[in-house]
Amino acid sequence: MGTVAVQGLCKSFGKVQALDGVTLDVPDGSFFVVLGPSGAGKTTTLRAIAGLDKLDAGSVRLDGRDATADAPAERDLAMVFQNYALYPRHTAYENIASPLRARRCSAAEIAAAVERMSSLLHIERLLQRRPAQLSGGEMQRVALARALVRRPRAFLMDEPLTNLDLKLRVEMRTELTRIHRSLGATFLYVTNDQVEALSMADQVAVLKEGKVQQVGTPTEVYERPANQWVAGFVGSPPISLLPCHAEGDRLIGAQGWTLPRPRWTTAEDGRPLLLGLRAEDMSVERRGHASLSGELYGLEPLGDRTVVDVRVGTEILKVKARPTVTGTPGEQLQVTVDLDRAHLFDADTGLSLSEAGR
Amino acid sequence: MAVSVDEAVSTGPARDRTPPARRFGGRGRSVLEVALLTALAVVMLFPVLWMIETSIKENRDVYAVPAEFFGFTVTMDHFKDVFVAPDGGRSDLSVAFLNSAVVAGVSTLLATVLGVPAAWAYSRFAVRAKKDQLFFILSTRFMPPVVVVIPIFLMYRQLGLIDSKLGLILIYTAFNVPFTIWMMKGFVDEVPAEYEDAAMLDGYTRLQAFWRYTLPLLVPGIAATAVFALIFSWNEFVFAIFLTSSDDVRTAPPAIAGLIGGTTTDWGLVAAASVVFALPVLVFAYLVRKHLIAGVTLGAVRR
Ligand SMILES: Nc1ncnc2c1ncn2[C@@H]1O[C@H](COP(=O)(O)OP(=O)(O)OP(=O)(O)O)[C@@H](O)[C@H]1O
Ligand SMILES: [Mg+2]
Repeated sequence: MGTVAVQGLCKSFGKVQALDGVTLDVPDGSFFVVLGPSGAGKTTTLRAIAGLDKLDAGSVRLDGRDATADAPAERDLAMVFQNYALYPRHTAYENIASPLRARRCSAAEIAAAVERMSSLLHIERLLQRRPAQLSGGEMQRVALARALVRRPRAFLMDEPLTNLDLKLRVEMRTELTRIHRSLGATFLYVTNDQVEALSMADQVAVLKEGKVQQVGTPTEVYERPANQWVAGFVGSPPISLLPCHAEGDRLIGAQGWTLPRPRWTTAEDGRPLLLGLRAEDMSVERRGHASLSGELYGLEPLGDRTVVDVRVGTEILKVKARPTVTGTPGEQLQVTVDLDRAHLFDADTGLSLSEAGR
Repeated sequence: MAVSVDEAVSTGPARDRTPPARRFGGRGRSVLEVALLTALAVVMLFPVLWMIETSIKENRDVYAVPAEFFGFTVTMDHFKDVFVAPDGGRSDLSVAFLNSAVVAGVSTLLATVLGVPAAWAYSRFAVRAKKDQLFFILSTRFMPPVVVVIPIFLMYRQLGLIDSKLGLILIYTAFNVPFTIWMMKGFVDEVPAEYEDAAMLDGYTRLQAFWRYTLPLLVPGIAATAVFALIFSWNEFVFAIFLTSSDDVRTAPPAIAGLIGGTTTDWGLVAAASVVFALPVLVFAYLVRKHLIAGVTLGAVRR
């Protein structure tokens, strides 16, 4: 068993409200990712769950039992700290062995466990070094090993892959997902990298300024963002947002364009809206009849695809195109929009208006 | 001071490392600095040299006019007199030195044992009115001992602590705990709290986490702080002379002072006793000199 449920967590540091009613329900055995930008309160959330900081309000339940007042050691959790927190006077080996020593495991057990972890994380060569003699990425792997070396109720991981180079990060992503599956353990994983969140998570909670914006599967969060902010934060290149309003069966853009009003929206006429279009839900053509017209603003070749920036009035649309696409800035372009996959948000509240009819 | 001497006499590339703000003028200034520092050193060290000379002179040479700097007969008799009584037993002075060692050692130990955990708590936990509490703790050190010695004398008389080593140990501990808290808080602040957090998640209690992972990192700071406390207790004079009277309780400072006066003063004995008295301080300061500088610059000055 390993469920973690937090309810209404509040925590402020002086004037900064770091957590403002965070409620999360992490099911047993899930890979649960908390995704949010820097300063969103991700670390604060993990520290609250681990019992390291005193909360202003809210409760933490572990395996259904109220653990809000328990000491960290009683909670049976393991944590990878964002800044590693490796013991500076101890070798990597001793760092990894520490959780087992605290639980009075035998020397043979410890040696076997440390060896297993170090081969899993490719740090066999580093075991006799001290943290000061390790690179950032190596320290991060030692910190991971220290957490994974035992079988706690749940693993808390605070951006454990941010300091690795891209190749190692992708490798470790796969590795962590594999470890998660083979252990069947609960992972509560914090990151500001949406690719990590979307590729690894069973469930994602999007956090902003201490408030949970949306909880759902990666597909749900990507395909049906609860509000304008989530839509903008999740997805790369970011979603394009165009101001507009509904009028009868049409959408009138602030930049002068007109599109058929999507069937699924319930927005009343004249209300300020934002039309959200993902890069892959649009395509560019040189001529022919299309939904929006604009001019080429710039090209971002990314290897496997090229992002075409199209200027419509004063707004820039980011459109995904084949990597072979070419063009000169200022050239006239037509953009075709897949309106069934578009999003509409209330411009005032930011809330999605797409849910109702879909 | 050691640092500025090094900087003043070093030339070439080493000089270029001096930050611009501390560097005024060119080489001529550096010569002036050397001259001033030398003069200062002579003024400061002359009494020490005089004391050492007196301690190894025969008594008639001590009173010779004009004074002899060189060419006197060297004798170790005064040092023997410090430790051995004329009848061959233990001298009063040697008992006083022993008392000083016990009083200074035990009070320093107590101050460290009490002060280090307190400093840790002030550094790590949200204590209500922390700044005010810390200021209050420090303010007890502002007071000159003479101000409180009379009330303490009266209190001690009621409690039966007059003329006892325990009495001195308690008062020195009371004076050293605030100092230890202040020094050590600076050192604890330098050790990231995350080590303890990690240890608690490993399965240790908070105290175990402190003991296993924070305390070892504090050892240099503790050593520096303890030496300061030790030197304070070793040198302390006012409380010692007011609160003790018998020879088997007296510490060295009042005992040495007691040698002066009366009809004749054995200056050779006074000088020898002073040399013996100064030695432990010098040795300790030398042993922890690295930490002393670190302690002063890093521990006490920060925040
Ligand atoms: N000890 C503290 N004292 C004061 N403010 C703090 C403290 N810890 C966090 N905060 C503030 O609380 C907010 C949330 O911080 P937190 O560390 O949880 O962010 P985060 O989501 O982990 O960010 P990052 O991705 O940069 O690590 C921030 O505004 C931060 O400045
Ligand atoms: Mg963080």
